[in-house]
Amino acid sequence: METISTDVAIVGAGGAGLRAAIALAQADPALRIALVSKVYPMRSHTCAAEGGAAGVIKPDDSLERHFDDTVGGGDWLSDQDAVDYFVREAPKELIQLEHWGCPWSRAADGSVAVRPFGGMKKQRTWFAADKSGFHILHTLFQTSLQFASIQRFDEYYVTELLVADGRCAGLAAIEMRSGQMRRFDARAVIIAGGGAGRMFPFTTNGAIKTGDGMALAYRAGVPLKDMEFVQYHPTGLPSTGTLLTEACRGEGGVLLNRQGRRFLQDYGMGPETPLGRPVLKTMELGPRDRVSQAFWHEQKKGNALSTRWGDAMLLDMRHLGEKTINERLPLVRDMSISYMGVDPVTDPVPVRPVVHYMMGGIDTDIDAATSLPGLYAAGECACVSINGANRLGSNSLTELLVFGRRAALSALEFVGKNAARPLPASLAEDARGRIRELMQRTGGKETVAGLRKEMMQAMEEHAGIYRGGEGLAAACEKLGELRRRYRQIELHDKTNVYNTDLLQALELGSMLDCAEAVVQSAAARKESRGAHQRLDFPQRDDRNFLRHSLASYDAGGAPRIGYRDVVITRSPPGVRDYSGGHDE
Amino acid sequence: MRQVELEVLRYHPETDREPHFQRYRVECQEEWVVLDALNHVKETLDPTLSYRWSCHMAVCGSCGMMVNGEPKLACKAFLRDYQGVIRVEPLRHFPVERDLVTVIDDFVAKLARVKPYLIPKDPPPEAGEYRQTPAQLKRYKQFTLCINCMLCYAACPEYGLIPQYLGPAAIALGHRWNRDSRDGGREARGEELAAKEGVWECSFVGACSEVCPEHVDPAGAIQQVKIESTVDWYQEHLMPWLKK
Repeated sequence: METISTDVAIVGAGGAGLRAAIALAQADPALRIALVSKVYPMRSHTCAAEGGAAGVIKPDDSLERHFDDTVGGGDWLSDQDAVDYFVREAPKELIQLEHWGCPWSRAADGSVAVRPFGGMKKQRTWFAADKSGFHILHTLFQTSLQFASIQRFDEYYVTELLVADGRCAGLAAIEMRSGQMRRFDARAVIIAGGGAGRMFPFTTNGAIKTGDGMALAYRAGVPLKDMEFVQYHPTGLPSTGTLLTEACRGEGGVLLNRQGRRFLQDYGMGPETPLGRPVLKTMELGPRDRVSQAFWHEQKKGNALSTRWGDAMLLDMRHLGEKTINERLPLVRDMSISYMGVDPVTDPVPVRPVVHYMMGGIDTDIDAATSLPGLYAAGECACVSINGANRLGSNSLTELLVFGRRAALSALEFVGKNAARPLPASLAEDARGRIRELMQRTGGKETVAGLRKEMMQAMEEHAGIYRGGEGLAAACEKLGELRRRYRQIELHDKTNVYNTDLLQALELGSMLDCAEAVVQSAAARKESRGAHQRLDFPQRDDRNFLRHSLASYDAGGAPRIGYRDVVITRSPPGVRDYSGGHDE
Repeated sequence: MRQVELEVLRYHPETDREPHFQRYRVECQEEWVVLDALNHVKETLDPTLSYRWSCHMAVCGSCGMMVNGEPKLACKAFLRDYQGVIRVEPLRHFPVERDLVTVIDDFVAKLARVKPYLIPKDPPPEAGEYRQTPAQLKRYKQFTLCINCMLCYAACPEYGLIPQYLGPAAIALGHRWNRDSRDGGREARGEELAAKEGVWECSFVGACSEVCPEHVDPAGAIQQVKIESTVDWYQEHLMPWLKK
């Protein structure tokens, strides 16, 4: 088998992976870096992030305020030492991107502009119109091209980590173009594989977001942390799930029910604010979990608008005017017209909550290190955890920069202290054997599309905005069954070149493992916190559940669920107040 | 619901000597795009069909293909805009890897050659950001919007004839940095951009700008580079005392 020898292998070439690669290349030009991704870097889903990246920059703001907003927004499930590090590094990273040429939107005096975002008490979201993630990704990708030591392996799908003597020392990957297995020997590995929103049928996530990075670490024995916390973004287009950024509301857009009422005032996020003059951290600038939950209640009350794609609410931006919409929200206008046939300049746009982001992920510490020596993780696939039970919009783009860099520096330190050890050849051979078995299997009764559909249905039905014990038990049962049936899958396409039937089968395997961790963790968490709301346990229970869930993989059955205390340094659990009555 | 007939180019290097067309009849929703129809084929009719896609919102640039002979993003090619059989082929001018999947190594290599990163004019400020006014941002912003979807290369007759041509997207992306107020790398990029196989290969057909889904206007970028490099030439040869 062809073997690539490298110092650090990075799995995933989106924002976190590219940031890590650049940090490594700058720190030590002699280091060999392998950037391995199942897609070309510019296709990574970072490109779809719209609203912006949070970091304290203006004189009226402070790191403490960013800390408080993040910890409260996360319903006190965030590790506060990690949040401290995050808010401190955030402005440095955003300025670094500026120094690399990111086209941030500007104020009249030439300083970077900031905009309001949900759950943030100050304006601190840096943005590049409504294509912030796109510009961050392309700035990083293009900047990375100046470093000869970053060797890219585009369209390589990593099938497993190679672990010997309790240390991650490489990976096995399929080169899509040839269908051949490649072995990567690495002295450290960083996973930056993104989220897993595709477990659900209705999501803002692109097709590639199938939890592959999470599954790699999970199967290698690293727990998945806080997987029950799945973020619904309140405003997706009902037809396709396409995201309309929170910046729509940051700029002053409002949410209406069928009767034209700004209903958020009825869910602890009032009193109503004047139209066109958004007030920070209240009403439409409440956090995503609360806004999505309010919609669910409106739906139950019969106040939702019915559309041919199901229930919806209205996002009204008409009062912003054509000029502001074109300048600040051009993509939103384009998407609304293209996929819904509604022009936000002249009409309110129907929207509904849509699966958007995984707060949970690979269990990492504040240094982006996992419990497996030599393995690091950053970005959406990791749970460090700064987002707790509910991520605030615009913290994740910053997170992938801060912890992408952190993972690189930690990996570098590890490489400096630990000599390369030869891997037994059998590991990669076994990895190839497993793919070969899947490719050659005949007589299988199951199909990729069939199992995927059943998984999505179970997740939509039982692991949505509100959950119940019975439903979750059914979902646990179902996911266990699907994982067993997965072994009976048979591919239609048994050829080598760019075999997407094989690719989708492997992605489904990742999603099933992640989905089971979601429902098992959700069933075990008998409280309501942030994005995890239990109809049968409606209160937050700090006595029993101010803890992170840790799902540990079991190849033969359901994961074991354990817990670890949350790190509280200076903000004891309190009440999340989005009533607009807070200070100043 | 509407019955749509797709005629899709199939090619598998392991089994096919020649590409051929395959027809699929698909029940489609009125508001679907071509990509939705392909996904429906993949899920229900033929799992062996290969193509790239991800975001379904025209920003990742994966799903460029020829739809009825025109380069399109499949996620923005609405079925309502087509009658009769819809013919779907891989992007023109690129080698076919398999089915609708093309090899884009050529572009990726060319992109690196134009040095698409900031070559700072001045060292970054000690604290904080470079100042850049909204007007300065506007000078290059449009050229940052390229999603690398390759539609412009598929539309460009010059690229079809002369594969060495740097091509619309790579030139626009190099030019993007030249116009950035923070950048001082125009001379370094000139080696590629103003070379014979750079802008001077372009015969100004303008097809690239017509098909660009992000309105980047690469043709505009190419003409601007031509003008700038002409001015440079005259200054260098006729007024050498102006050269710093």
